[in-house]
Amino acid sequence: MQSAINASDIAGSIGAYQPSESAAQTGSMISVANLHKSFGVHQVLKGVSLTVQKGQMVAIVGRSGSGKSTLLRCMNALETIESGELNVCGHAVHDRSRVNLRELRKQVGIVFQSYNLFPHLTVERNITLALTTVKAMDRAAATRKALEVLEQVGLAQKKDAYPEQLSGGQQQRVAIARSLAMAPQVMLFDEVTSALDPELTGEVLKVMEQLARDGMTMVLVTHEMAFARKVADVLVFMHDGKIWESGPPNELFDAPKTKEFAQFIGSGL
Amino acid sequence: MVQFNWFHVGFLLQAAQWTVLLSLLAFVGGGVFGLAVALCRISRYPLLRWMTTAYIQLVQGTPLLVLLFLAYFGLSIMGFQLAPLAAAGISLTIYSAAFLGEIWRGCIQAVPRTQWEAAECLGLNRFEQLLRVILPQAVRIAVPPTVGFMVQIVKNTSLASVIGFVELSRAGNLVNNSTFQPFIVFTTVALFYFCLCYPLSVASRRLERRLNAVRN
Repeated sequence: MQSAINASDIAGSIGAYQPSESAAQTGSMISVANLHKSFGVHQVLKGVSLTVQKGQMVAIVGRSGSGKSTLLRCMNALETIESGELNVCGHAVHDRSRVNLRELRKQVGIVFQSYNLFPHLTVERNITLALTTVKAMDRAAATRKALEVLEQVGLAQKKDAYPEQLSGGQQQRVAIARSLAMAPQVMLFDEVTSALDPELTGEVLKVMEQLARDGMTMVLVTHEMAFARKVADVLVFMHDGKIWESGPPNELFDAPKTKEFAQFIGSGL
Repeated sequence: MVQFNWFHVGFLLQAAQWTVLLSLLAFVGGGVFGLAVALCRISRYPLLRWMTTAYIQLVQGTPLLVLLFLAYFGLSIMGFQLAPLAAAGISLTIYSAAFLGEIWRGCIQAVPRTQWEAAECLGLNRFEQLLRVILPQAVRIAVPPTVGFMVQIVKNTSLASVIGFVELSRAGNLVNNSTFQPFIVFTTVALFYFCLCYPLSVASRRLERRLNAVRN
């Protein structure tokens, strides 16, 4: 344990990139401090600290097993945390006994690699389900909202289709729309294009880029290096359960500070 | 010697009504308690899971015949004299609930865990997740094994004859005792059972097709 904390301190000093105005808590949507998480004896997160400002897009990259997906799932309280602090949209997620999960989930949307649409419901019902049950909207308002977000992802004409009738890219865009309909303050994307071919990946990334331009606060775990470099405000490279490097993507890509990141982008690009 | 005649067919038909009634008792009682058992088996509370697991193991390891004896003769020795219908209803319910509960637990767990997760992430609470997302998908999976079990139950009601029920099988036995025409008597009985079970299978196929056709 002791050694892990020391290591994380070192990692923190290498890569704890913070935008200049970050000292003020007001602008930060997510703040993670010295987060630890294990599955059994396997330590997945070994002291992660990170701040996400309002309107930022933070892209987390790294090898499989580096803990990036786990970090993302922690932010939505899908995983429990061992130690450290995690504040998301004003919710103290680390305090499991006190955090209001329903409120947290209203404010934090997540999109998964495998879409996870509800196969027994039409595209429209997939979107309106949570609006009518969780947000207590009436059916007409929920339907209007569904159409609005479907238009945003360019799929209004598919509102009556069932998920299995759509391509992977379309399903993923519906999943984004479903999450978007809840009007979240932060959206999390967990390798959302990893199951798609390049063409379908493109259509999903376009939607995400537009979201970023509209000012949505986004954290994504991704393998799309070119996309991360082009669109993200902050790039985070995770390695061995720690944040190894972080900063503006161009700086990191042009001049990797660690040999692990250099190796990672060397093999990845 | 009396020949097998229409009077006997009428007698069998009357007895078949008991078979239907016993089956319905088993479906309804077993359905209601079976759902409760299934939900307890996937509960977050270990005590509920443990208790229902014990119940299922116990009942699945006991012949229905023994349950019937226990409910009718066993309870009467302890001072609870149950009518045959009550005793049969209770034992069939206990028996069906254990099997249906386990079948339905499997169907609920066959729905991918990520569906729970996706619903949870949209803010649905556990009950809403189950009701709006998981159960509708589980029902589709549950139709064939449930109907398969229902057909078994229709046939198993014949065991209720041991506590004095003159249902279809017992009635066939009585008719045979007076006519000594076992082949024709029991063929008729078998035909009656078939007429009860076959519509179930047909309805099941229809239902399956309808549930799947929704999407095409």
